[in-house]
Amino acid sequence: MASESELNAGIEDGVRRRDFINIAAVSFAGVGAVAVVLPLLNQMNPSADVLALSTTEIDISAIQPGQAIKTSWRKQPVFVRNLVAKEIAEAKAVPLGDLRDPETIDQRTKPGKENWLITLGVCTHLGCVPLGAAEGENKGDFGGYFCPCHGSHYDTAARIRKGPAPKNLVVPPYEFNSDTVVTIG
Amino acid sequence: MSFPWAKPYEPTHPLMKWMDEKLPIPRLVYNATGPGYPVPRNLNYFWNFGVLAGAALMIQIITGIVLAMHYAANASVAFNSVEHIMRDVNAGWFIRYAHMNGASMFFIVVYLHIFRGLYYGSYKAPREMVWLLGVVIFLLMMATAFMGYVLPWGQMSFWGAQVITGFFSAIPIVGEPVREWLLGGFVPDNATLNRFFSLHYLLPFVILGVIILHIWALHIPGSSNPTGIEVKDEQDTVPFHPYYTAKDGFGVGIFLLIFVALTFFSPNTLGHADNYIPANSLSTPAHIVPEWYFLPFYAILKAFTFNFLWIDAKLWGVIAMFASIALLFFLPWLDSSPIKSSNYRPLYRIFFWILVVDVLLLGWCGMQPAEQPWVILSQLGAIYYFAHFLVILPIVSRIERPLPMPNSITEAVLAKHATDTSSASATA
Repeated sequence: MASESELNAGIEDGVRRRDFINIAAVSFAGVGAVAVVLPLLNQMNPSADVLALSTTEIDISAIQPGQAIKTSWRKQPVFVRNLVAKEIAEAKAVPLGDLRDPETIDQRTKPGKENWLITLGVCTHLGCVPLGAAEGENKGDFGGYFCPCHGSHYDTAARIRKGPAPKNLVVPPYEFNSDTVVTIG
Repeated sequence: MSFPWAKPYEPTHPLMKWMDEKLPIPRLVYNATGPGYPVPRNLNYFWNFGVLAGAALMIQIITGIVLAMHYAANASVAFNSVEHIMRDVNAGWFIRYAHMNGASMFFIVVYLHIFRGLYYGSYKAPREMVWLLGVVIFLLMMATAFMGYVLPWGQMSFWGAQVITGFFSAIPIVGEPVREWLLGGFVPDNATLNRFFSLHYLLPFVILGVIILHIWALHIPGSSNPTGIEVKDEQDTVPFHPYYTAKDGFGVGIFLLIFVALTFFSPNTLGHADNYIPANSLSTPAHIVPEWYFLPFYAILKAFTFNFLWIDAKLWGVIAMFASIALLFFLPWLDSSPIKSSNYRPLYRIFFWILVVDVLLLGWCGMQPAEQPWVILSQLGAIYYFAHFLVILPIVSRIERPLPMPNSITEAVLAKHATDTSSASATA
């Protein structure tokens, strides 16, 4: 057995060598444990193949004014809608102050192509696919889209007007390759 | 711990003595569910539901392990593998229907167990920890049931996953990344299905672990009882075995009768026909609703259709829905009345039954489309739900004058016995 004086040998500022080793060892083990948790959490994030941003090309030549089609990008539904002049006028007539998520139709379409409204078909509430893209579906109180899950109404610029959704339907990144072909992604 | 008069475990057989020295499991069982565990003599049939919930969990674990031998957790084949179980696997239809309806039965008995606790004040001191662990079990059950419902990869599975993971996207700033992290993608897909299967297999065993803690915490003060008066001496109790093993055994029999009746004669009544359509990420079913056991909470979620203060409707809905369950963690401290049993609480008893009706109303509203009058009814129902716990309960527990109480469990039992015999002789 080491005597008290031996254990305390070399102590000048009240810190024992053993205390330092103890704290250092536990801290190091703690850092190591946290470092191991990171990959275990990160494995749940979207994997490389899911992330690989596929681009989708769409031929929009067949979409008549007033019609819309439903396609998909990154496994999410996309609505491509050919607005008629009346719908554009309706969207423009709304004061921005009345909107929950204020955006003009010009901000939501490409310059000179404001009849082409391209949005994700994912309700910003809880992710259902709103109705209104296909012929004869309920377009809601504002003539755009209607989400039947929890009753969100979108207008002719796919902006949220009524119901629980907080945001307008998302406009994905896209470019016009030509007048009739669009690349999304 | 147990009462001082608990019968001690005294093994006589040499093998049992040997076992008791090495690994005293028989002692544990004897003292937990055997003659060594004294229980109040006056428990009614509402005290069966803990054992019934345990039985339901075991049925789910056994049928689930068997189903996992035939199921394939891959988005391209999951739906077909469930149909394979239903059509090709020997007795597969029975095992799957038992698992499907077993989940409903589990929730039915757990809801009755919870409302028993609410009526008889089982959450009060000294049993707060029992209640808190119970709420944890309830949350784990909800997570497990939700993930299990996703596995068949039908339309309701897919859109249920989409909507429920969508709750997390309501969180400001980090919401969308959290949702993508949960899903492992931008929409529910193979990664989602795989992880849900993994967790759906894991969580029942976590539930089992928390149940052991729940029972451990219960066995420290011992069971509550319909009078809410604590056990005072030996004449207030009877040994768990054979008295309550028999009573619980009878309850399990009734439970199984209802369970098999549902499984054999009406297996799809509590499900949704849409879940027999394979998942389609481009088309939402016209009317999506969760499983019945989530409906009251779903109604609270849907009740928020407007922005309020600086928080948007979507976040309010999600906050309210989670808060409606989180609130239960605070119940032991919201109700300050020292009287446990509603039998002696004339005022609380009324509000208890209003709460029952309110939860049923919310459940009904949760089933309906997001239209009037259901929206306003959900809103009123949700307001009442929160008011019950946050306003009514604290006030009632302060102003209420309890009814006269007997001095002991035995006195209550004998008084009841006396009235029963006197009224019997009066009518004779």
